[in-house]
Amino acid sequence: MNVSQLAHEVSIRTQDACVDFPIFDAKSRSLKKTVMGLVGGNIASGSRVPIIEALRDVTLSLDHGARVGLVGHNGAGKSTLLRLLSGIYEPTRGTAQIRGRVAPVFDLGVGMDPEVSGLENIIIRGLFLGMSRKQMEQRVDDIADFTELGDFLRMPLRTYSTGMRVRLALGVVTSIDPEILLLDEGIGAVDAAFLEKSKKRLSELVERSGLLVFASHSDEFLRDLCDTAIWMEHGRVRQQGPLEDVLRAYKGIGE
Amino acid sequence: MGSVMAMSAVPVGSQRAWSSAFADLAGGWRQRQLWAHLGWQDIRQRYRRSLLGPIWISITMAVTAIALGVLYAGLFGNDLAVQLPYILVGFIIWGFISGCISEGAEVFTSNVGLITHLPAPLSVHVYRLVWRQVLFFAHNLLVYAVMLVVFPQDLHWSDVTAIPAVLLLAVNGAWVALLIGIVTTRFRDLLPITQSIVQLAFFLTPIVWIYEDLLNSPNPEIAERARLAELNPFLHFIEILRRPMLGQPQELRHWVVVGIITVVGWAVTLVVLRQYRARVSYWV
Repeated sequence: MNVSQLAHEVSIRTQDACVDFPIFDAKSRSLKKTVMGLVGGNIASGSRVPIIEALRDVTLSLDHGARVGLVGHNGAGKSTLLRLLSGIYEPTRGTAQIRGRVAPVFDLGVGMDPEVSGLENIIIRGLFLGMSRKQMEQRVDDIADFTELGDFLRMPLRTYSTGMRVRLALGVVTSIDPEILLLDEGIGAVDAAFLEKSKKRLSELVERSGLLVFASHSDEFLRDLCDTAIWMEHGRVRQQGPLEDVLRAYKGIGE
Repeated sequence: MGSVMAMSAVPVGSQRAWSSAFADLAGGWRQRQLWAHLGWQDIRQRYRRSLLGPIWISITMAVTAIALGVLYAGLFGNDLAVQLPYILVGFIIWGFISGCISEGAEVFTSNVGLITHLPAPLSVHVYRLVWRQVLFFAHNLLVYAVMLVVFPQDLHWSDVTAIPAVLLLAVNGAWVALLIGIVTTRFRDLLPITQSIVQLAFFLTPIVWIYEDLLNSPNPEIAERARLAELNPFLHFIEILRRPMLGQPQELRHWVVVGIITVVGWAVTLVVLRQYRARVSYWV
């Protein structure tokens, strides 16, 4: 597409990366006897401030063309891992090296302003995803077609229903050209017909992107978009390999 | 394309390196399309659905300055043509300074959603804040222009130093917001403390009271005490801009003090940025 993109290979490397959250407003004493449960990372209580060890010794090497699904229980560290891979969290220990332009899609609503029109929100959301104003203006028609919002695009976003907002957000997100695409689940609340339509667009987006990491609880979605998978448990990588193998192992434990 | 958000790779073990601190500042600057848009959006947001829109900024400033100008001209027995421009210009500058400080204290905590969902240099939020203050300042210049018509000031060519003075204020606003922003994100108690200090500083700084009148006071004790105001750093920031805007003779020492604060302030901020930049997304 351009020189800068050819100049570097898209890749993500992490080496023993850990993410520890200090929880400043929790009383360390009350957490001292917390036993490790099924849900959530480990809570260390040795230090003065309680720390949640959200990710432990994560070593990954993902290259151009990787289509990775993320599975695991709630609180196993999927979202935190996505944030580590996007560069939002830099590892507290270990290293993370990210090459390429990251488009993180964790929450469709973030960066949207309810008081301005849908059209303006398309531009804003695009700027947040690393596009330029001009690029987004070229895509407006395409997004308008896809969302079927028509004249509503000129209305403030606060007048939209939840489903309409999701349509708009999906329209913008699926119109960009990401090098690294990080998807968190939570793409729901749309009617069935629209979901079919967005699936196609999502897979087109995935094809355009150089590298995909997708966290989901839906086997169907994972099979559509991914070929390999990572199983997270208690903030560690429990298993990494071909999608079907990992899914089988993951489901096997769950039952 | 591609350069807009080219997430610079995080080289091995460089979390606390100078290069990542500078990369943050430079990377944020490259995303000026984004923060310029957001800064402008913030202003329109505030006056959305009102008929006059951002003109309200100017109107509010004019009303405050006229009311206080009349009040203090009466209290101090000064000429309104002196007191009112003095208060107006002081207020406009103070609005910029206090905006950078008090909003700077919330610059990261008020952007939790953006910081934890989108990878962007921290400086983006800071530039957006300073840019918003610059836009407020520009709106208030409208009132200043009207004031120049009503109370003409003795402006000279040399008063173009107002332009570098505004730039210096913006450059200082950026480090203040960055530094206070990082520190208050970690220690939330500092937020109310910052707000009260800003309020206190307003009264300690010659904005409604005229510094030189006190210096030349017939009462030697008052004149002596007034000299203490020189210790107030805000005085120097106000003076480098207020003097050219009112066509008053300028004094080098204010520029020197501001210059020193700029260098020292940025040096401290860079150290803090280097040490704690990567921690902010954990703390918010």
